[in-house]
Amino acid sequence: MIPGSFAYHRPSSVKEAVSLLGSLGDDARAIAGGHSLIPMMKLRLASPSHLIDLAGVADLKGIREDGKDIVIGAMTTQHEVIGSDLLGKKIPILAETATLIADPQVRYVGTIGGNVANGDPGNDMPAVMMCLNATYHAVGKSGERRIAAREFYQGAYFTALEPGEIVTAIRIPTPPAGHGYAYEKLKRKIGDYATAAAAIVLTSSGGKVANCSIGLTNVAETPLWAEEASKILTGSALDAATVKKAVAAAEAITSPASDARGPAAYRTKMAGVMLTRALARAKARAGL
Amino acid sequence: MAKSQISMTVNGKKVEELVEPRMLLIHFLREQLQLTGPHIGCDTSHCGACTVDLDGKSVKSCTMFAVQANGADIRTIEGMAAADGTLHALQEGFREMHGLQCGFCTPGMIVRAYRLLQENKNPTEDEIRFGISGNLCRCTGYQNIVKAIQYAAAKISGVPFQEAAE
Amino acid sequence: MNEMTPTSAERAEKLQGMGCKRKRVEDIRFVQGKGNYVDDIKLPGMLYGDFTRSPHAHARVKNIDTTKAAAVPGVVAVITAETLKTVNLAWMPTLAGDVQMVLADGKVLFQNQEVAFVIAEDRYTAADAAELVEVEYEALPCNVDPLKAMSADAPVIREDIKDKKEGAHGPRKHPNHVFNWQAGDKAKADAAFAKADVTIKEMIPYPRVHPCPLETCQCVASFDKIKGELTLWGTFQAPHVIRTVGSLISKIPEHKIHVIAPDIGGGFGNKVGAYPGYICAIVASIVTGRPVKWVEDRIENLSTTAFARDFFMETEIAATKDGKVTGLRCYTVADHGAFDACANATKWPAGLFSIISGSYDFPAAHVSVDGVYTNKAPGGVAYRCSFRVTEAAYAIERAMDIMAQKLKMDPAEFRMKNLIRREQFPYTSAFGWVYDSGDYQTALTKAMETVGYKQLREEQKKRQEAFKRGETRELMGIGIAFFTEIVGAGPSRNCDILGIAMFDSAEIRIHPTGSGICRLGTKSQGQGHETTYAQIIATELGIPADNIMVEEGNTDTAPYGLGTYGSRSTPVSGAATAMACRKIKAKAQMIAAYMLEVHDDDLEWDVDRFRVKGNPERFKTMTELAWAAYHEVPPGMEPGLEAINYYDPPNFTYPFGAYICVMDVDVDTGSSKVRRFYALDDCGTRINPMIIEGQIHGGLTEAFGIAMGQEIHYDEDGNVTTASLMDYFLPTAVETPKWETDWTTTPSPHHPIGAKGVGESPNVGGVPCFSNAVNDAFAFLGSTNIAMPHDNWRTWTAADKLGLHR
Repeated sequence: MIPGSFAYHRPSSVKEAVSLLGSLGDDARAIAGGHSLIPMMKLRLASPSHLIDLAGVADLKGIREDGKDIVIGAMTTQHEVIGSDLLGKKIPILAETATLIADPQVRYVGTIGGNVANGDPGNDMPAVMMCLNATYHAVGKSGERRIAAREFYQGAYFTALEPGEIVTAIRIPTPPAGHGYAYEKLKRKIGDYATAAAAIVLTSSGGKVANCSIGLTNVAETPLWAEEASKILTGSALDAATVKKAVAAAEAITSPASDARGPAAYRTKMAGVMLTRALARAKARAGL
Repeated sequence: MAKSQISMTVNGKKVEELVEPRMLLIHFLREQLQLTGPHIGCDTSHCGACTVDLDGKSVKSCTMFAVQANGADIRTIEGMAAADGTLHALQEGFREMHGLQCGFCTPGMIVRAYRLLQENKNPTEDEIRFGISGNLCRCTGYQNIVKAIQYAAAKISGVPFQEAAE
Repeated sequence: MNEMTPTSAERAEKLQGMGCKRKRVEDIRFVQGKGNYVDDIKLPGMLYGDFTRSPHAHARVKNIDTTKAAAVPGVVAVITAETLKTVNLAWMPTLAGDVQMVLADGKVLFQNQEVAFVIAEDRYTAADAAELVEVEYEALPCNVDPLKAMSADAPVIREDIKDKKEGAHGPRKHPNHVFNWQAGDKAKADAAFAKADVTIKEMIPYPRVHPCPLETCQCVASFDKIKGELTLWGTFQAPHVIRTVGSLISKIPEHKIHVIAPDIGGGFGNKVGAYPGYICAIVASIVTGRPVKWVEDRIENLSTTAFARDFFMETEIAATKDGKVTGLRCYTVADHGAFDACANATKWPAGLFSIISGSYDFPAAHVSVDGVYTNKAPGGVAYRCSFRVTEAAYAIERAMDIMAQKLKMDPAEFRMKNLIRREQFPYTSAFGWVYDSGDYQTALTKAMETVGYKQLREEQKKRQEAFKRGETRELMGIGIAFFTEIVGAGPSRNCDILGIAMFDSAEIRIHPTGSGICRLGTKSQGQGHETTYAQIIATELGIPADNIMVEEGNTDTAPYGLGTYGSRSTPVSGAATAMACRKIKAKAQMIAAYMLEVHDDDLEWDVDRFRVKGNPERFKTMTELAWAAYHEVPPGMEPGLEAINYYDPPNFTYPFGAYICVMDVDVDTGSSKVRRFYALDDCGTRINPMIIEGQIHGGLTEAFGIAMGQEIHYDEDGNVTTASLMDYFLPTAVETPKWETDWTTTPSPHHPIGAKGVGESPNVGGVPCFSNAVNDAFAFLGSTNIAMPHDNWRTWTAADKLGLHR
């Protein structure tokens, strides 16, 4: 219940934040909304000696269009994601997903950057970002670089971020207007992490799937981009037989943990069920 | 760890205090400011008994350090009634509709409901239930809490309250 | 008659007495955040205590080094079992006749067991120091399976009593055996089964769960060295019992112990017994000379304090082929964890489990319960259970459904055929319980008609056919429970806690200006006693409820009582309240007669006054009589207007109910949704219908949590894997169904106001109703029993085993 001691820093720029992280070393952690980190600190599963609070860095806020992309500042809260007219119009899967994260209080404070950056396989946004082919802007002592979401996740709590780097923004190529989408999440109760969840974005053309991208949440040590399943569905009319094949391909890449949500075999099956149900909704939305 | 000076407005009053960085906002409110209305019901940020209203947001004060709230404007249950003691419509509604039993979840529940009604003046039952999904109650089964919030919504909007037929 | 005089009805309404939806008195402070809970207490010089706990489920403690912890600035002391031994408190007696370690003495027996207690200037320092106590463990093999506890190679858990062949409740047949307890007539039951047309036998498990009140267990202990007096504030459902037990074990004389239970944030049976935290805080206060506060966190609460259930009930019913039950047998293994810390009446180590014949007329029945020790947290009786009544009701209600299935009878029809008939009351069950009153047929008929039971079964049939044709992947289940519970412990002839009879009390004093105060031996944790006892007094004495202050929880001023749990407040202290009122009323009548210069018998009572029979303009109100009691009593009569009653109930009370649940199960995910839940409760006289409804809502929600997802789960290494709210299922407002409540009223004939109590009924009846609904969804496919909790993955697994996913 009581965290260990630490020194608190509140930089007002990305440069200052990165500089602090660089100089304070391994025992320093950035804190965004804090609703993943602080619970871990209270259980003493994390004991950073320094906390670098990003809340004072104005450059990390804001949602804007940038050509064919939409860029979301890492410190944008889930509540702000849900309330954004721009995102609601252009990337509606984000609000649908954010609404399924935790509860109202957590959404007021928890950030999309925190949700994608810490490598917790239970977080919902990572699979959606892989599905959307998002890119993360990361800034460290060597400057800025961009990392594809699909290459970002390496293991549970293990990402492509170098020590001292923070995610500053998420860049998403704007899906075409009229695209189909859905985030389908099976959970024990509202606010829980997924037993299994599937994200899907697809476009249609001439009664068939033109593009399709599938992400899976919490059914492996990392979020999964179901590339094979996506390929199987592409060019199909989402007929039952093709969907079944895609589901099998998606299930094949899962390796969920057995926990109180259920045994691994069950969770794999649920990934398949969530995918099937997500497809049905995405299909309707795409007008297929 | 060395203490730092923080200041914030709590229930309309400016406060200045020295705190360790690791002091959780809930402990700061309860122990340093003697505001024992918000409560602690869990260790994992699930129960919502600690909910306060901070800069227009419902926040679980057990999942924030007091230093993070430097400069904030905070309202707790103690700040819900008017200066002359008139109870807020929610406080009245919770009593009218029997929306509490042991009272432990009540401060967090009312403060969350306050923000919910700011977000949505006239929520449906489903919207209310979703809107309080971050606040656990063990005594009431939520049904009368929903009614209490509906009562308050009606009162704040100035419309007569119709208790839904069972 | 003066037209300006309000009518009897108008005056009665103003009193806000029994039967009205009086708004709660306690709400005024709670909605303003001005409750006074234990963690709100702040005393000058107060210290904080925190525990170092064992990561192992079963291990020898080779060494405890407190040096580093004690060296942390701000740490005042570190206590271990060695410290406690100097005051003979390393072990403490439990309420079940066992003993329990306060701090680890050579061994630890369950994960998170208390090993050392750190006392520091603030809670943050205490938490830091608790991490620095270094303990050397030698892990031992552990057992968390009660069905394996008495096998030849089971690890011996209780080395302290391993050679004792006798326990508190009779002979022990194994070092891990706690007791065997039996009730009923075995020979008669066996004979019934031997000649039965049809029998069923099913292992019906009731998993370990936890009451999880929103406020955890906590206390502040303050020992005044100069006066030699201990003041102890705490989350105590039974403050007087804590005081007496505290005195017996600490040797501080009872009159020098002041126990105060202030506002309590939910109890549900979690806050009845004494915990190591209380003892350590008391010792720490004595040792340091300063007040010491102990507040456990949620993980500590869920993993170490009074759990509930963990009963494995092999249940059998015998019946004729046309569906008349003839016999009931149940053999149960009860997991008590490492210590038997159950809060039971001493004669019944398995509580009131022999209510298991339930609402049905079983001519022959027998139960046998074996309690066992395992490497799990101690306890067993808690969580709105009425001393194992929830377990019994679950077994019988599941078993009745299983028998109905075998007989190919509708479960409601099968119940109706076997319900105890109204002419049979008072009814003596095969276990000797004398049920006070009931009209079961009316209740079940009303429930079935209200929900449209017949049409629901028709709908279910259609949906089953649609499912078989592949048109739907949802299954519909209809769950029924008709429960009878036994509450109001209890008559002194068979109910005592550690030798103290389970009476309860009310002391009422009326002030000169006509208002008054009532103090009782019970202790509300949210049940609204400040509101409801005043309603009883308002009706009995004609004093407005708003003019009666109700106090509980301070052992110096409250008359002795056994506290609030097991739905006993209304049956016992509610009766005491009425009886005390009647003594006051009798005295008031004599004063009135004296003032009006008539004979006592010439007076009649009218709502709030005594009036002369045939001459109603001549009357004296209770307010006038109160004033008179202080200055104008008849010669020879003592002044004052007060009375105390210690009520020894002649019997338990038997609330009952009919619950019906409609559930839709998604076969492909295993998730279930409650479509409708109807609860008809009969608690006898209804004191405050608003509060009763609130109790039903809350109890059903707890039942929903239990049936649909709660479990205190241990892996095979004894790690408790569901000890936080991440995994322990507490439903939010989104999952919680809408509840429909209804009632019938059959008063208890032996209770002064006919009231029976109701707080636990919804948990008793709710759990089997939900479980029956889920089971009923699959029954047509041949499934007989799917065990709780009915969470998604288990329900899916059951569907998978039935071949529904091919």
